[in-house]
Amino acid sequence: MAEQTALADIRADGAGKPDSAVVRDALGVGVAVGLSGFAFGVTSAGSGLTVWQTCALSLLVFTGASQFALVGALAAGGNPLTAAAGAFFLGVRNAFYGLRLSQLLALPRAVRPFAAQWVIDETAAVSLAQPGRRAARIGFTVTGLSLYLLWNLTTLLGALGAEAIGDTDAWGLDAAGPAVFLALLAPMLRTTTERTVAALAVLLGLGLLPVLPAGVPVLAAALAAPVVLYAQGRRKGGGTGGASPQAPEDEQDRDDERRGEQR
Amino acid sequence: MNVWIAIGATALGCYAVKLAGLLVPAGALERPLVRRLAALLPVALLAALTAQQTFADGHALVLDARAAGLAAAAVALILRAPFLLVVAAAVVVTAGVRALGG
Repeated sequence: MAEQTALADIRADGAGKPDSAVVRDALGVGVAVGLSGFAFGVTSAGSGLTVWQTCALSLLVFTGASQFALVGALAAGGNPLTAAAGAFFLGVRNAFYGLRLSQLLALPRAVRPFAAQWVIDETAAVSLAQPGRRAARIGFTVTGLSLYLLWNLTTLLGALGAEAIGDTDAWGLDAAGPAVFLALLAPMLRTTTERTVAALAVLLGLGLLPVLPAGVPVLAAALAAPVVLYAQGRRKGGGTGGASPQAPEDEQDRDDERRGEQR
Repeated sequence: MNVWIAIGATALGCYAVKLAGLLVPAGALERPLVRRLAALLPVALLAALTAQQTFADGHALVLDARAAGLAAAAVALILRAPFLLVVAAAVVVTAGVRALGG
């Protein structure tokens, strides 16, 4: 895949990748991830949300990890605003995808409010992997459209199916949420920094669970990120509390590339 | 009603950050520290959520069939299985362990 992209790049100034190849890549991602809306629908309905509430989440929130986080926190008896805060923090990464996509796609300002809803992990990964603007725009549109339609359709089917299935726990469907989180998390755990953050977050999340109100331990676990960054900045002798300016940027770029390749 | 409040707040917040990325001038979010933090926040949240939804039952920590399911998902990930297969592995193994009385 990487070689193909490179070849196309040389051949025709970044526009050499055939449109059909871009569409195929985009559909592959859109369909595979879109189908997992079923797991969300079942999980959400199993957590006690109605079919309407479940579908509203997929239609309006449309960023899977945040949706799973929200229904998980609500099911655990979390306060609605703490639950929403956790889901929101998970969604913050989409702002950074949007930042890169806005340069890459160069969308007219009037289109941006409509395109914004599709700015998620998958559309960013497909778009950023394309050799030129035309291919990136096609990749974004096809991934966004196929994923949005399928995700919402399978959410509805899952929510309706949850009633027919009966006890969703007996079918092991309560393991779908954590498995989705793990699948999203795994490709992010490449450097020591990321692994340290993850380990500390697990300790905080589990350790504080018995003593804090539902939903709050996850927010406290989010502190693992600034704490590790701060400790790292001090160890490097920066003294500013931040990591050194150059290396993290490179790391981030490498992360994005690797993520693009994986999908 | 509480659920609708949570849905509304999440929908507004998540849409706002998506739109912000497309509208904000590049400089504002390009500061290395901000980018680094934004990359690490999901790591922390996902790790904590994975652990809680696997080992928590209300306010108690438990070890049940979900742990076996998560282990199956981890193996599937190491074997580079596609996304859907990873989720399916967790579900099937959890159901299997429960059926066996685990």
